[in-house]
Amino acid sequence: MKSRRTKWIGVIVAIAVILGGLSYLLFGQLESNLVYFVTPGELLAKGALAYERPVRLGGMVKKGTIQRENGTAGVEFVLSDGTQEIAVTSQVAPPQMFQEEMGVVVEGRLSSNQRFTADRIMVKHSNEYHPPKEGEKPAIIYKELLK
Amino acid sequence: MKYGIILVVIGFFVLAQARGLFFTPPDQLMGEVQRLMYIHVPAAWNAFIAFFITFVGSIGYLWRKTPVWDRLAASSAEVGVVLTAMTVCLGAIWGRPTWGVWWTWDARLTTTAILLFLYLGFLAIRAFIDDRRTRARVSAPIGILIFLNVPIVYFSVKWWRTLHQVQSSPSTMDLGMVTSLRLNALALLAVLVTFLYWRMRLERRRQEREEQLAMPPAIADSTGGGR
Repeated sequence: MKSRRTKWIGVIVAIAVILGGLSYLLFGQLESNLVYFVTPGELLAKGALAYERPVRLGGMVKKGTIQRENGTAGVEFVLSDGTQEIAVTSQVAPPQMFQEEMGVVVEGRLSSNQRFTADRIMVKHSNEYHPPKEGEKPAIIYKELLK
Repeated sequence: MKYGIILVVIGFFVLAQARGLFFTPPDQLMGEVQRLMYIHVPAAWNAFIAFFITFVGSIGYLWRKTPVWDRLAASSAEVGVVLTAMTVCLGAIWGRPTWGVWWTWDARLTTTAILLFLYLGFLAIRAFIDDRRTRARVSAPIGILIFLNVPIVYFSVKWWRTLHQVQSSPSTMDLGMVTSLRLNALALLAVLVTFLYWRMRLERRRQEREEQLAMPPAIADSTGGGR
């Protein structure tokens, strides 16, 4: 009854995979692995240890700090966590929803001159949904992707 | 009559979607893209419900040892997998224009992917075991165990920093949007129940057929079965 035994091995392997996945989820170092992004304050607190290491940085785009570079897709802005801030430079275009006072997560590295170079900008949308106010037009955020 | 109910369910779903698509204002920041909410969020909620039914069915089987509980657990897991896959795909389509990426490994997305694979694994294990009773006995404890991940998915946005936003509530949303969302959640629940009913019926017939085939030919012939 070889086929029977093979089947049971299949079952046992499948159970082991499920148990392994669950125990990783429950007992693994989930807490430390699941820090999806650090805040400017946390990154600056690491001092020189943080320089030139790939990291995700999250915070708010400070009001009035967005500077579009002429002729390129790039953008510069200041990312703030309310108390501390880091200047971010990006060569890649931000998503269309990117704007001031919006939550963003950027991927890149901090250089020793305290500037952050991002190679990806992601917009962290809040849980608020509201229709446009009187006379306002809703944003169109997908047209650029369809070009 | 049974087909009449299917028409009612489809009608309810179409009307609820129509309300979300045409009779609810778009979001100020996301525009029309935000309407994906009326299927992404109901799919996620109903996937949780489907997996809860699998959890209940698994407990029921261990308690009563009757095949109907096993059929309930298995059928609901299948519907749940379809709903979870829908949630993930629509979430990716929503994520690209709003976040700027299709996918990222934050806690919500990662635990949801794990959820999908846990229940695919549950269905795979069942497919491996031919004997109906063994299949039910093996899969019931698994159906209970893997449900642990459902609350982890739900609370992931509160427990950890994620790109995915935390749950909205009526206080963070326009009233018309809340109504459309709830209506669509109910409509998809009706779809879930309909799927579950038909899938359980199909499974019962399949098991009856399996039993017939498992019998020696002489007995099968005398009971009107046969190969």
